[in-house]
Amino acid sequence: MGNLLSLTTFIPLLGAGILALFLRGDDAAAQRNAKWVALATTVFTFAVSLFILAGFKTDAAGFQFVEDRQWLLGMRYKMGVDGISLLFVMLTTFLMPLVIAACWDVTHRVKEYMIAFLVLETLMIGVFVALDLVLFYLFFEAGLIPMFLIIGIWGGKNRIYASFKFFLYTFLGSVLMLVAMVAMFAQAGTTDIPTLMAYNFSAESFPILGVQILGGVQTLLWFAFFASFAVKMPMWPVHTWLPDAHVQAPTAGSVVLAAILLKMGGYGFLRFSLPMFPVASEIWAPLVLWLSAIAIVYTSLVALVQKDIKKLIAYSSVAHMGFVTAGIFALNQQGLDGAVFQMISHGFISGALFLGVGVIYDRMHTREIDAYGGLVNRMPAYAAVFLLFTMANVGLPGTSGFVGEFLTLMGMFQANTWVAAVATTGVIFSAAYALFLYRRVVMGDLIKESLKSITDMTAREKWIFAPLVVMTILLGVYPSLVTDITGPSVARLVDQVEVAVAAHGSENAIASATAATPAQH
Amino acid sequence: MLSLVTADNLVQMFFGWEGVGVASYLLIGFYYRKPSANAAAMKAFIVNRVGDFGFALGIFALFFLADSINFSDIFGAAPQIARMQLEFLGLEFRAVEIVSVLLFIGAMGKSAQLLLHTWLPDAMEGPTPVSALIHAATMVTAGVFLVCRMSPILEFAPDAKSIIVFLGATTAFYAATVGLVQNDIKRVIAYSTCSQLGYMFVAAGSGVYSVAMFHLFTHAFFKALLFLGAGSVIHAMHHEQDMRNYGGLRKKIPYTYWAMMIGTLAITGVGIPLTSIGFAGFLSKDAIIESAYAGATPYAFWLLVLAAAMTSFYSWRLMFMTFFGKPRGDHHTHDHAHESPGVMLVPLGVLSLGAIFAGMLWYAPFFGDEARMQRFFGMPVTVAEHGAEAEAAGHGPVDAVASLAEGDLEHAAEAVIEDTLTEGEHADMGEEAHVPTAVDVAVAPPGMGAIYMAPGNDVIDEAHHAPVWVKVSPFVAMLIGLSLAWLMYIRRPELPAALVRNQRPLYNFLLNKWYFDELYDFLFVRPAQAIGRFLWTRGDGNVIDGGINGVAMGIVPFFTRLAGRAQNGYVFTYAFAMVLGLALILTWMTLAGGAE
Repeated sequence: MGNLLSLTTFIPLLGAGILALFLRGDDAAAQRNAKWVALATTVFTFAVSLFILAGFKTDAAGFQFVEDRQWLLGMRYKMGVDGISLLFVMLTTFLMPLVIAACWDVTHRVKEYMIAFLVLETLMIGVFVALDLVLFYLFFEAGLIPMFLIIGIWGGKNRIYASFKFFLYTFLGSVLMLVAMVAMFAQAGTTDIPTLMAYNFSAESFPILGVQILGGVQTLLWFAFFASFAVKMPMWPVHTWLPDAHVQAPTAGSVVLAAILLKMGGYGFLRFSLPMFPVASEIWAPLVLWLSAIAIVYTSLVALVQKDIKKLIAYSSVAHMGFVTAGIFALNQQGLDGAVFQMISHGFISGALFLGVGVIYDRMHTREIDAYGGLVNRMPAYAAVFLLFTMANVGLPGTSGFVGEFLTLMGMFQANTWVAAVATTGVIFSAAYALFLYRRVVMGDLIKESLKSITDMTAREKWIFAPLVVMTILLGVYPSLVTDITGPSVARLVDQVEVAVAAHGSENAIASATAATPAQH
Repeated sequence: MLSLVTADNLVQMFFGWEGVGVASYLLIGFYYRKPSANAAAMKAFIVNRVGDFGFALGIFALFFLADSINFSDIFGAAPQIARMQLEFLGLEFRAVEIVSVLLFIGAMGKSAQLLLHTWLPDAMEGPTPVSALIHAATMVTAGVFLVCRMSPILEFAPDAKSIIVFLGATTAFYAATVGLVQNDIKRVIAYSTCSQLGYMFVAAGSGVYSVAMFHLFTHAFFKALLFLGAGSVIHAMHHEQDMRNYGGLRKKIPYTYWAMMIGTLAITGVGIPLTSIGFAGFLSKDAIIESAYAGATPYAFWLLVLAAAMTSFYSWRLMFMTFFGKPRGDHHTHDHAHESPGVMLVPLGVLSLGAIFAGMLWYAPFFGDEARMQRFFGMPVTVAEHGAEAEAAGHGPVDAVASLAEGDLEHAAEAVIEDTLTEGEHADMGEEAHVPTAVDVAVAPPGMGAIYMAPGNDVIDEAHHAPVWVKVSPFVAMLIGLSLAWLMYIRRPELPAALVRNQRPLYNFLLNKWYFDELYDFLFVRPAQAIGRFLWTRGDGNVIDGGINGVAMGIVPFFTRLAGRAQNGYVFTYAFAMVLGLALILTWMTLAGGAE
């Protein structure tokens, strides 16, 4: 099957089209149909994506399943996956059926809601498989629109503010990226990503307004991409849109946002920043490492004092993304492997945590921590599930959260011990805020009158959590599932960066040597 | 815990390490309705996490240095690592020192050493069998085990070892002082655990890892015995834990009384001085004190002797307050005090046997007899002597050991395997007697055997030849403690109250555990929350959002207004703008043309 990737990408869009064109009315029956169509579509997409996984050759580092067609205006429609992007595709297709199932109780504009999610799925998969700059940009930016609508229409009280904040922050970064893309096209004459990855952008330093720019063109391009991905991750100090967006977004929206959309930033670093601008990455790595270390400590401390469950988890997400960025810019095998692993595992864990908040929000319609307490008395199953994911969030060995955290820290230690030490304190803080939350919500006596009649999870909710529980533990005890797939691609990436940096270093040495020789005579 | 002990690499060990942490978090929080139990569970986990912070950094550093996380690789590379320098936090250190200290921080967290000890007494909120388990067999001993396991690294790090000795001795002393005045029966025992762990670390820091393991082993018996005994008392007294409300229980619960008596005799170290006959604690604790005299600082030695006296005092105080004297407190409870059912008494019996005989049975392989000790831990038998000879011959000790051991390797390995087989029952006792395999034999000397003692480490030998007064000192300390306790709680029961009145500040200082909890609350917990709140409202709210909103809603509208003002509809404004523009263009053209 030559067009498996296109199929996976566009099946959800097809489902959305069917919903839009053929489903009429907004009565109970129509709503039910809409949900079933959406669920069937996402499950089918997942099934198709399994073929990609099965057919993927784990020992090769290059792109596989490549599709390359003529598109408009000389641009090409090119798709493919390698060890890094495959996992994100799988993560997306795996989570989407759960997301659809999680919004089963929505009654407001169900058809449109489902369409928004299906379109979003297409765009997210597209981001991870696109191998052409323009195509990538298209998917990357268009993904904002459904999410904007999901927050803005189905969100909480303050949804308009949150959705605009979300849109403007992320869009602002992307504009710079677009400029950089145009510049790259002008230089290299192509928008083909694999070609650009091999293309050597000049790293010759040159002055702007009298200031010498280290790394030259590479640095400028690198910063343009960095602006976009850093907001998307989100990195400190441009993270403030995330807590607001999470708090206002509906449960399913939060899940998608935390589990998948945030990963686009990390994926972007791995696909663009590192291979295309290796010298600039090397030069600016300390900056990113420090921003990440600050992010980990800063947001962990902020998480400690939150009064809103979702906000707490959102801040903890920012802290975990700090591990990812630090791992990536440690620029070694452990760091990169760990970063990919952390992103995948965070997809499951944060998704599950937001679903967990959704479970009690559906019952009590509040996210205030103070409104809860002693839930374990009436909801033992929920308490167990929530404990597992709390521990996974803390990075307990045996859960997937540990592997990513541990590997990234190991990578950081080799790059910079100070950063590693600061970041490791995040391990302490994460235990503090997560257990503090768990204690206030789940433990203790059930005193609050309003909670006396709360019911435990329904069968549907249990079925949503089951796959996430399985994945979290499976990846925790058998991390090779992920690292076997990412290994070759990551190793090649590390090689590529090292070779480029070494080449740049020797060029510089020659340049300075030739500059020095005449002076001696 | 088993995964921790059987691990052959650091990550698996860390896995077990954290697993133990979570298990104890859940066990301590077993009474989930009790807020104090929840708080204690959380505290245990978080304080342990501080330790893990060090442990994890230690693992990273070792991986960085040895490029492996397998013990055999790391230990094999230990002599090379010993020569390396590592830049950590901007400073140059000897690599082994920093690694050892980082790993020790991990051990401090788990084994409740001073500065990271605060969770242990609070952990008493859990059910009593949990306390027994955590204190005796698992959890707290993990730290000691870690330090002993990493002995090949530690042997090259004298500074780290002296830090361990210092903190261990201080902990032993500190915990003993606090134990003197506690009234909760379980808290007394908890502090005694803390104190005994300090002993173990002194032993490990002095370089006698076998003795540390020995005390760990005997301590497990009598500490579990004491805890379960305390549980039995509490059960009898309807969940009353305050010793001030006990008294005269000897007749009511005789079996528990005798079991506790054996435990107390063991922990205080009763035995016949200068022989190896005595209760478990007598042998192992004296071994540590002798080793401390031989291998550690006088500071450590004297603190340990003092702590031994205090151990004796608080242990007997516990016995006297609980089982002797007149019944105090609610007499209704006392009337209904009853012996526990058999299911609780049988373990007490088993543990009593251990508390009596464990010391005597295993004295030789752990401390008494050097040859048997080497066989028990699977160490290369004659390395130490050969190493010394080679050193005299002018070679570097490390190289000498390597070359000599190569020659002796086959022979040593055979001997070791044979002996381990004959001593199979020891291995079966749950001790981590290390059965050497081909892999172990193949690596360099520091990887051989369960523990490693560098050539020139003769602490044990010296300890054996310590002066008589050193050997007798713990026994004398024990007697002093016993007689003081007897004086204060049997003979003249009014004395303690008088002492409290006279020494009020000191009493409060001890009762409140040297105010460590308050200090930490003030130093860490509150600032963390305050900073968090500050960063949230000011950092996120005012600076970041404020800044961006300021740009978006201040500057942008300013420009729009400016642009709007230009289009005010007055013809003369437009005309003026045109003229101005024309003038500018003309000027520019003239200047540019002039330049040409």
